[in-house]
Amino acid sequence: MSRTLFDKIWDAHAVRELPGGLTVFYIDRHLIHEVTSPQAFDELTVRGLTLRRPGQMLATADHNVPTRHQNQPIQDPLSRSQVDKLTENCARHGVELYGLGHANQGIVHVIGPELGLTQPGLTIVCGDSHTSTHGAFGAIAFGIGTSQVTQVMASQCLLLDKPRRMRITVDGELAAGVSAKDVILHIIAALGTGGATGYFVEYAGSAIRALSMEGRMTVCNMSIEMGARGGLIAPDATTFDYLQGRPYAPQAENWNRAVAYWQTLPTDADAVFDAEHHFEASAIRPMITFGTNPGLGMPLGATIPVLTDVAEAAGLEKSLRYMGFTAGESLLGQEISHVFIGSCTNSRIEDLRTVAAFVKGRQKAPHVEAIIVPGSQQVARQARAEGLDQVLAAAGFELREPGCSACLAMNEDKIPAGAYCVSTSNRNFEGRQGPGARTLLASPLVAAITAVEGRLVDVAEYVQQLADV
Amino acid sequence: MEQFQTLRSGVVPLPVENVDTDQIIPARFLKATTRQGFGKNLFADWRYGADGQPKTGFVLNDPRYQGHRILLAGQNFGCGSSREHAAWALYDAGFRVVVSSYFADIFRGNALNTGLLPLQVTEPELQALFAAVAADSDLALTVDLAAQTLSVPGRSEPIRFELDAYKKECLLNGYDDIDFLLSQESAITTFEQNRPWIF
Ligand code: SF4
Repeated sequence: MSRTLFDKIWDAHAVRELPGGLTVFYIDRHLIHEVTSPQAFDELTVRGLTLRRPGQMLATADHNVPTRHQNQPIQDPLSRSQVDKLTENCARHGVELYGLGHANQGIVHVIGPELGLTQPGLTIVCGDSHTSTHGAFGAIAFGIGTSQVTQVMASQCLLLDKPRRMRITVDGELAAGVSAKDVILHIIAALGTGGATGYFVEYAGSAIRALSMEGRMTVCNMSIEMGARGGLIAPDATTFDYLQGRPYAPQAENWNRAVAYWQTLPTDADAVFDAEHHFEASAIRPMITFGTNPGLGMPLGATIPVLTDVAEAAGLEKSLRYMGFTAGESLLGQEISHVFIGSCTNSRIEDLRTVAAFVKGRQKAPHVEAIIVPGSQQVARQARAEGLDQVLAAAGFELREPGCSACLAMNEDKIPAGAYCVSTSNRNFEGRQGPGARTLLASPLVAAITAVEGRLVDVAEYVQQLADV
Repeated sequence: MEQFQTLRSGVVPLPVENVDTDQIIPARFLKATTRQGFGKNLFADWRYGADGQPKTGFVLNDPRYQGHRILLAGQNFGCGSSREHAAWALYDAGFRVVVSSYFADIFRGNALNTGLLPLQVTEPELQALFAAVAADSDLALTVDLAAQTLSVPGRSEPIRFELDAYKKECLLNGYDDIDFLLSQESAITTFEQNRPWIF
């Protein structure tokens, strides 16, 4: 019978199907970080259990860590205790930890792929909703709650009901200045925050195929923002090229066997999905969000919609009141005081290159605070090796040390109340970047242009200059 | 996990859609390393002003709804971050049931693993419930988990709700998935001996 990519991996990992529909589902890789693991370790201890497969786990410290002076003790006592707890737990239970100061430290969804831990055909979980990022490699990857973290620790399995399957096809070519981030913001704006709830989404089509691994990760990363359990993309030559030679990738003769297996994974030609959506790549424009959920996005030059449905309009109005915008308004010319380039959505080397290429020889606007937080130590090293740090510093951008940073503002990196921040992260919820902060989600290029202009401009003006860089 | 069988309680109405887990418990309160104590920061940014004082307009600060253990919320409740702390905060604040017309997937699972019942009704039923609570702030609903019913005073038929049979058993008995998964030990070990996708 014809099967989808998702079905093939799912079937391979179903230990047992129970009457009633739940599946005992096996997990190959378990990533943990300091915020959602301490209670899970405690629960394990309380029940007198041990880790079933510590070798299939990997830990890092990312959510809480400062992005300055990482070589010094963490100032905030609560953050420090959480990070210390992780170190203690990992030592006690024999889990590999890439903590602060380690050459492999970084945002959990950035380091898994760059180390080659994330591979096609695997099942990957983490107590973090953006685990969907790893689906870019053709893996089933999804976020879990802390109770489930304990379950995986103890049994290497979860009890799951099988999600429905959705395919989102994006065909055609993206216009200049339009990136993977714009693709996913466009899709979420069309489908809404609940548009894929209950589904696992496969992204397909020529525009998706044409994306780099970095771009594919950006797309899969935000699957959760439309309610999807996860997103995935069929592995192909781009995937294999990215993985080959990475520390945890299959080596020597195993490599050819692995590739042969991975090539069997893509969705069969006549497989059927429970839902299908199609988008035309050439119709996608550089996007910006104007509200307090990621579904409230529009092309930069557009006007904020005026809704007629009463219930929906009420939700939108609450959102606009928080943002200080009005329905029917254009955001062009809107002054912006903060620009944040980072997070597991857009903090990889390609993102830093995009920003550096644009700001080279330019200056950020004097009133803008622009910070760039690389996703990992490896990204930071690469940026230095390419001289991007010099370019960014010359343009007035502050290049920080790796972590989640202002994506969720658990550390010192907060956006002040009322301030507007153009952010390359994934969530524009009320207060996400600090109490009262107003977040506008965009691509790294839009963020870079905004930092230079100090206000929102139509990126179309820059397309010519882009062609030159 | 605590058992849940029946509950008769007043309701706290929160007619807001797409309530994300960053609202339920803002990230800066996630630094604790135990499960307890999150209740005081439930909906912190809606509940307290910058000075830390309760905001009068917010429903959790309204004396009429104190002690009520059922939260009635707009659709797509619990979207966003996977933080189970959101379910813990609701539980710690005394809630045992959240009624909505839609729950985000991860939140639904987290709630069930915490002993908090995510009770899904249709959108018209949800709107009728909001109207009933608006008319009578003391309205007490009865949730009967075994019967899978939600009884509303003045309504002839109770509302029937769906719940996975296994999850229902767990909640009724206070079991969680770990107990079950550990009982699958031999099947899991057999499975682990043959994973041809690991290279
Ligand atoms: S960067 Fe943001 S979204 Fe990504 S893991 Fe960190 S906090 Fe979560």
